[in-house]
Amino acid sequence: MNANDTLIPYIGVVTDIREDTPDVKTFRVNAIAPDGTVGGKVFEHMPGQCAMLSVPGVGEGMFSITSSPTNKEFMEFSIKKCGCLTTWLHAMEVGQQITLRGPYGNHFPVETDLKGKDLLFIAGGIGLAPLRSVINYVRDNRANYGDVQIIYGSRSKDDLVDYQEIINEWCNDDGITVNLTIDREQEGWDGHVGFVPNYVKELNPSLSKTVLICGPPIMIKFTLAGLKELGFTETQVYTTMELRMKCAVGKCGRCNIGDKYVCKDGPVFRFDQLDELPDEY
Amino acid sequence: MLKISIEKLNGLFKAVAEKQTLYIPADRADGASEYKKYEDGMTLSKNLNTLRSAKDFFFPQTENLADFKVEGKKIEVIDIREEAEDFVVFGVRACDARSFTILDKVFLSEPVDSYYKNRREHGTIVTMACAKPAETCFCGTFGIDPTEPEGDVSCWSDGDSIFFRPNNEKGQKFVDSVSELLEDGDTAKLDETKAQTKEIMAKLPLANLSTEAFGGDTLMEHFKSEKWAELSESCLGCGTCTFVCPTCQCYDIKDFNTGHGIKRFRCWDSCMYSDFTKMAHGNIRNSQLERFRQRFMHKLVYFPSNNNGEFGCVGCGRCLSKCPISMNIVKVMKALEVK
Repeated sequence: MNANDTLIPYIGVVTDIREDTPDVKTFRVNAIAPDGTVGGKVFEHMPGQCAMLSVPGVGEGMFSITSSPTNKEFMEFSIKKCGCLTTWLHAMEVGQQITLRGPYGNHFPVETDLKGKDLLFIAGGIGLAPLRSVINYVRDNRANYGDVQIIYGSRSKDDLVDYQEIINEWCNDDGITVNLTIDREQEGWDGHVGFVPNYVKELNPSLSKTVLICGPPIMIKFTLAGLKELGFTETQVYTTMELRMKCAVGKCGRCNIGDKYVCKDGPVFRFDQLDELPDEY
Repeated sequence: MLKISIEKLNGLFKAVAEKQTLYIPADRADGASEYKKYEDGMTLSKNLNTLRSAKDFFFPQTENLADFKVEGKKIEVIDIREEAEDFVVFGVRACDARSFTILDKVFLSEPVDSYYKNRREHGTIVTMACAKPAETCFCGTFGIDPTEPEGDVSCWSDGDSIFFRPNNEKGQKFVDSVSELLEDGDTAKLDETKAQTKEIMAKLPLANLSTEAFGGDTLMEHFKSEKWAELSESCLGCGTCTFVCPTCQCYDIKDFNTGHGIKRFRCWDSCMYSDFTKMAHGNIRNSQLERFRQRFMHKLVYFPSNNNGEFGCVGCGRCLSKCPISMNIVKVMKALEVK
């Protein structure tokens, strides 16, 4: 019985906590070597893959890994406070150990279908978390990709996740256009105001782009409809899904959409693939 | 073929139980049968099948996955896995024997579930051919022959003797371990018994149940069927069907704080339950219709789609006899095959 089992987790330690928004925190997690040294990553991953994080006695949940695989120093998770486990995670202090297992699921096809393409990222709220991994992967392998446009919206200026990184890094990169929007007028905001789906239509992006969307289901629904109106086809639009999971390896039986398990066949799907499946998500 | 006379069967059980744990179907006070750990003097049940299937031995209702020691901000993971002890499950019917092919596809596919694999490696399944299938039986629908059960060792009874045929190395080891008690026997009467069983099979009410409607590219057609509303209308969501089902394997993982440590458990779960898919931000299957549909779509469409057409049902008939509102997979199959 010395073979590893994916259900038995590794230990990681929280080495930094960033308060991104009133309800989103980004946790930096490092591995602990057998001699107690803290550093490096618990495991490698590809952009879009997820990990099961747990606090024993509280619960376990699937979270997308928001840091890029090109970051060799640590992993990051941007987590919105919305349930039992996430409330506990939000109350953590630096130095707290948690358990991790993974990486799970497929990933955005950064080394195949997305290579050489002009990319359009569309995110809403915490939906930026899985896309941030891809964006930073693309930035670190810049020569492999064409133009990058990022359209990101939130309820308010304060709800934009990773705002400092967006303003200080992404906005200053050559070949990256960042379009931010917030739902309602707000003091101190001179950027665009309006919902993401409408903003996408206003910006009228080139049909040559490959699109990656993540956000609340309602945002995704209207954005996809808008993209179709503009002339985009479902085969050029990717998204990433989230359903309740326990095992993360397609055995516990709860995260399926039709005959596909989000944990193992997803979480990344192209919209034409979802078209062939029941609308149960 | 090697055989033992039925009067001497308890002697064989005793010999097996001296070396490893043996489970046999035994009668309860209420007349139903269940697998019990063999003890001297216990007799083999004459019932067709046990209330609960033999999946419990390999995928128990509750099992400890790992322990955690939590001290301040520190966590220690304790791997509590141990090599299982050898055990024998005697008297498994052909339907339940097939369920392991199905469970294997789930638990032994990558990444392999070491908990299940451990028990599979250490468990010997000794099957017993059926003589008189019941009206709720429809294993034939899924290509199962109750007179030719699979397993590590297959057994048959001709009324006087039990015949043994090992099917693999593990089965041979079992037969070798009791060979002193076995003798060569003539199977003429056994062949008659098999023929009679096949006659009974052909006349069973569900003998002509077909899976034809579920092959190929029928996923969306069945999912969108209007029949689900009526079929699921009375479903109580009690989960009994999933509990007695030999192939249902959905599970939950939950932690329990013992006061001096955390124990992580895996427990059976049911897609029929309302919180099965409930998340902090909502539930994708809010109605019993959706949950009911999920269970049958999984067995009849999703599982075959991912497993070369193999269905997730073995026709054991437990859900037919146990559902409190008399709804079952047979009614679902019959309703859905009518366009």
